Amino acid sequence: MKQKVTIFLTSSFLLLTSFCCAQTADELVKKVKAKMDKVNDYIATGKMKTDVVFIKAPVANIKSYYKKPNRFKIKRDGGISLLPKGGVSVNVSSLLLSDDFTAIDAGQTTINNIVLKIIKLLPLKENSDVVLTTMYIDEKNLLIRKASTTTKDNGTFDMEMQFGKYADWGLPDKVIFSFNTKDYKLPKGITLEYDDGTKKPELPKNKKGKVEISYSSYIINKGVTDDMLK
Amino acid sequence: MWSLLKIELFKVFKRPRTYIAFIAVWAIVTLIQIAIYVDGPKYMDFVMKDIKDNFDVIGNPLNGYFVCFIILQTLLIHVPLLVALVSADMIAGEANMGTLRLLITKPISRTKLLLSKFLASSIYAIILLIWIAILGLFVSMLVFGTDGLMNVKSYEIIILNGNDIFWRYICAFGYAAIALITVASLGFFFSIFAENSLGPIVATMSVIIVFTILTTLDIPLFQSVKHLFFTSHMIGWKGFFEMKVDADGVSIPGTIRNLPAVLRSAAILVLHIVLFVGGSIFIFNRKDVLS
Repeated sequence: MKQKVTIFLTSSFLLLTSFCCAQTADELVKKVKAKMDKVNDYIATGKMKTDVVFIKAPVANIKSYYKKPNRFKIKRDGGISLLPKGGVSVNVSSLLLSDDFTAIDAGQTTINNIVLKIIKLLPLKENSDVVLTTMYIDEKNLLIRKASTTTKDNGTFDMEMQFGKYADWGLPDKVIFSFNTKDYKLPKGITLEYDDGTKKPELPKNKKGKVEISYSSYIINKGVTDDMLK
Repeated sequence: MWSLLKIELFKVFKRPRTYIAFIAVWAIVTLIQIAIYVDGPKYMDFVMKDIKDNFDVIGNPLNGYFVCFIILQTLLIHVPLLVALVSADMIAGEANMGTLRLLITKPISRTKLLLSKFLASSIYAIILLIWIAILGLFVSMLVFGTDGLMNVKSYEIIILNGNDIFWRYICAFGYAAIALITVASLGFFFSIFAENSLGPIVATMSVIIVFTILTTLDIPLFQSVKHLFFTSHMIGWKGFFEMKVDADGVSIPGTIRNLPAVLRSAAILVLHIVLFVGGSIFIFNRKDVLS
């Protein structure tokens, strides 16, 4: 009898603890979301660097346009850029677009001397492209410092954010977006290329690509027109 | 020499066949432009089939610069044949009409006569190239607008900024002029051996076609000797559309990835011109002209 009471009490304690923690994770995500919700729109100016083994591109001057709830557009001056596709665009707000998820506390870690809470977001909708999002949240400043999103169709994306003068708005100064790349090859007969003797690059085994955007300024809540988002 | 050149240019531009090339270039360029205007996105889908699943494109890749790149890629394989039509006729045509013997009885050296004929065929090649530039570059820029350029290679994609392209086209057309003059010199060289123009025209075309096929075939045996074919160096203009990269793999605008290689290719073409023209003068000065 005594043993049964012990098991009951232990189980109840674990259940209560997990319930309590789930609430905390959910609350934390809601707090972060509330902070980011202060931004209705923004125009951000910055530079984009693409690091994909088969793409040779210069640093691009870009402008990002964001409007609540999920409109986001990157434009660049006089040129072409390739941006990784996927459910997650290179934008922090898109991580917390929907409320249809369950937040699970997965402990904490320290990155760059900052203690971060690990929160796993599980989408509730069965047809969601996102399978799992893991966020590393700076609880003190309510900032998402890092996020990793696994999708059904587009593999896993990692986002790393560095914050500076726009941290109060939850907007990063720098976003590093990592993703898996597939092979790229075209028949030589189509391209008729000139062989200048330059060594062809070898694809790395993990085939990770990286896009780095450094924002120099934001214009927040001053209005973004539909034309800007076209 | 100037008078001789004027006479030769007059002869070249008096012949109706000279204008066939201009009409052919206009037709090809216009057809390519119409095709891209109508079906351009499908072409882009094909070119970017391996990356469109992973990437979104920002900007307008289907612009005038890209269209001109496709036109040059297509035309600079075939225009040499049009150049051969005129250059291979320069001496053989005179022989065929029976005017060559009469011509060399005039009080001018054979060397000057040959040089004026070669210069006339080179000027024709350059005017044809200017015609391609007007139609292929400027008309395409007007119709399709301008933006950055995606240079799609078999193993990489090079993206050039919009403000970093026009000067590259100027250099590319300059290089293409050397390439076409090389073809003109080859046709000219064959021309001194024949008494009608058909033989040297077909011979020049055959050399270009065979060498181009061997260059394009991805077979190790041909790959190791392809640098010996001048046709491999004729596409050196593409070298102007590649950039140096820094330690982080980021391209540096305003640079050319391997300028020494491009200049070496240009030098090889110039060497061919000197050899073909020099050989023509050497043989023709010793030739017993009977027709």
